[in-house]
Amino acid sequence: MEWLDALTLARIQFAFTVSFHIIFPAFTIGLASYMAVLNALHLFTGKEVYLTLFNYWKKIFAVAFGMGVVSGIVMSYQFGSNWSVFSDKTGPVLGPLMGYEVMSAFFLEAGFLGVMLFGRARVGPKLHFFATAMVALGTFMSAFWILSVNSWMQTPAGYAINDVGQFIVVDWFKVIFNPSFPYRLVHMLLAAYLTTAFVVGGVAAFHLLKERKHMGQLGATPSPESQAATRVMFSMAMWMAAIVAPIQIMAGDAHGLNTLAHQPAKIAAIEGHTESQGKAPLILIGIPNAKEERIDYAISVPYLSSLILTHSLDGVVPGIRSTPVADRPPLGIVFFAFRSMVGIGMLMLCIGLWSLWLRYRGRLYDAPLMHRFAVIMGPSGFIAILSGWIVTEVGRQPFTVYNLLRTADSHSPIDATAIAFSLAAFVIVYFSLFGAGVYYILRQMKAPPGEGHGAADLSVHEPIRAAGIVPGPMFTAKSSQPGVTGTQGDRT
Amino acid sequence: MTIDYALIWAGLIAFAVLAYVVLDGFDLGVGILFPWAKSEQERDLMMNSVAPVWDGNETWLVLGGGGLFAVFPLAYAIIMPALYAPIIIMLLALVFRGVAFEFRWKSQSRKYLWDWAFAGGSFVATFSQGVALGALVQGIPVSGRAYAGGWWDWLSAFSLLTGLALVVGYALLGSTWLMLKTDGRVEQLAKRATFGLGIVMLGLIGLVSLISPFLHEHFMQKWFAWPAMLFVAPVPILVLVCAIALFRGIRLNRPLMSFLAVEGLFVLSYIGLVISFFPYIVPSSVTLWQAAAPDNSLKFLLVGAVFLIPMILAYTAYAYWVFRGKVGPTHDYH
Repeated sequence: MEWLDALTLARIQFAFTVSFHIIFPAFTIGLASYMAVLNALHLFTGKEVYLTLFNYWKKIFAVAFGMGVVSGIVMSYQFGSNWSVFSDKTGPVLGPLMGYEVMSAFFLEAGFLGVMLFGRARVGPKLHFFATAMVALGTFMSAFWILSVNSWMQTPAGYAINDVGQFIVVDWFKVIFNPSFPYRLVHMLLAAYLTTAFVVGGVAAFHLLKERKHMGQLGATPSPESQAATRVMFSMAMWMAAIVAPIQIMAGDAHGLNTLAHQPAKIAAIEGHTESQGKAPLILIGIPNAKEERIDYAISVPYLSSLILTHSLDGVVPGIRSTPVADRPPLGIVFFAFRSMVGIGMLMLCIGLWSLWLRYRGRLYDAPLMHRFAVIMGPSGFIAILSGWIVTEVGRQPFTVYNLLRTADSHSPIDATAIAFSLAAFVIVYFSLFGAGVYYILRQMKAPPGEGHGAADLSVHEPIRAAGIVPGPMFTAKSSQPGVTGTQGDRT
Repeated sequence: MTIDYALIWAGLIAFAVLAYVVLDGFDLGVGILFPWAKSEQERDLMMNSVAPVWDGNETWLVLGGGGLFAVFPLAYAIIMPALYAPIIIMLLALVFRGVAFEFRWKSQSRKYLWDWAFAGGSFVATFSQGVALGALVQGIPVSGRAYAGGWWDWLSAFSLLTGLALVVGYALLGSTWLMLKTDGRVEQLAKRATFGLGIVMLGLIGLVSLISPFLHEHFMQKWFAWPAMLFVAPVPILVLVCAIALFRGIRLNRPLMSFLAVEGLFVLSYIGLVISFFPYIVPSSVTLWQAAAPDNSLKFLLVGAVFLIPMILAYTAYAYWVFRGKVGPTHDYH
């Protein structure tokens, strides 16, 4: 297999490990903030429902955060192991930014995580809120620094090159606040908040549907407190969808204009026009044909591409051919990933508007069709985030530092065999371990909020779940053991 | 007078790695001792004793790796490919034991699987760290700005010995930690383990110390040339003091004394290594000044480090204070 050289394998490995990794922080950035808000609401209003929700999401947060941490440690060493030339050359610029990430974010998160998860009884509600806020601040700081690093690779600024070929810093402010950083930071943070909102909304909608199904059955519905918690959760998530989805679309638009200014080749791959042109139509969908440098069977809307990207009808949109072949990113991946991201964004907007309408009519908790849609959209944020990152990272190719350092000149002098073995190990370990983690998270989500916290009250509620929530009769016989709701796949 | 930023940073990175060893060492050690626990309750207790702090402990490893990238990018770019296999294995093992902290409580009938993930992951991660350390001490061939050796160079009798020594050392840290944090049967188990591991550990420290000076010419000069010997002589003497304190701590039932004595052994062994290494960061190939990023980068990060590292130490100490005392069998989270 000729094409499976060390470089290709190293790229596959990086893409694989970083894609797995980003799922967890993207979720915990939003969830940490949500939990800080819940904690604050409980502190100021004294309402028990917020604490119930905090405790419900705490367990899910702990699992997701743990997976984020361990997959992140892998990332911090992979730069050196697989991309040593890149590390040597960019270390003086990017290293300190990552150093700041470790010192201002990772320690903050890790230092207060223990108190947030285990320490409420020991430190009291106020310090517990403080600890939660510090964890949330840590996730934000982490996003700040790592997005600065990534943005510098996209739009390098404030640097010079020394006599051994390393990038060195001339102006730190320009390095950190490089041209694409503010846009990317806002876009990613909003994406993380939306992702979490849709997970929370999806889980709430799932329980609303469940309740409806078992309405009137004695013992089959959760306690009134739990039902109230589900509603609060759903309402908060839908407010986020209604408010943040439109803001995100505007932020995405601004990010797109910024990309047009700095990385026209990426825009060309996103838009799919052969030649640069004014009055450019927007290609909604089609089949990318990299060889012919065009999109086959394109369905397009006249003028819209020019209108979106230049905010005028006859503005020029760059075409694929405006970039030399050797400097072009792969067409197909970027083209499709972008449409997947934007499509999901539009669906998120729909659900947000729909929720506003239902809320106005007073039927937010009584709309099974919309709830089903919300359940389906539960994981949509993750797909949108992965798609967005594929657009921006694949769109930067064939460079690691845009226009300055080629990917082919960045990797370590390592045998393909060694990378192939480590790649195989990562694939096996990540799928099995993180698969198990996702399974545990889903099982946790299947229990309604306020029910089944701690082994003691689980046993009290056990008969209720055995009758109501366990999906099929074949499972009910087995569920005499406390601590399990629903699927019993974890038993032998 | 000009300030030697590279030297300051070498000290800070060395401190981060030492902090990692003395902190994550005991929670990895608890994992290594896991198979000796007799019951589920005992394993619960052992895991609970480190659950609130392991995450912060492991972050020092990220600072060690990330810091190396930031301030000694050339060393990072040479060492990581050279130690490719042990580093990748260590990372995977850390993934196993890291997820086990949460997964173990979520699983019922397959809890044993996560028990093994925790124990096995802790053992393999520790062993790989020891092997990586041994391979680094042995030296790494460099040509130009890149690693120039083969993919199995890290494997030698010496690196296997240091791997074993670190497993024993972390297990000893773990056992004294358990003496400090638990009671009942686990405490008894920990005491017996401490006694046995303590003896083996001292033997291994002696063995590694005897072999190391013969690996590089400049190691030898530091340890056995007159008058330099006068300055390094306190290290072996203090090792003896710690060894006595360790065993007295067991006999007098003062676990904190034993725990600190083992930490002392680690600090001294580490100081010994630092003395041997200096001024090289990759022994016999690259000095710390050759590997350092430009002063501009070192200064920029140092400004933050001066404020942030004391803060990190303060809230880390606070977290340990919150979870002080012996751990109970139940937990307000799990």
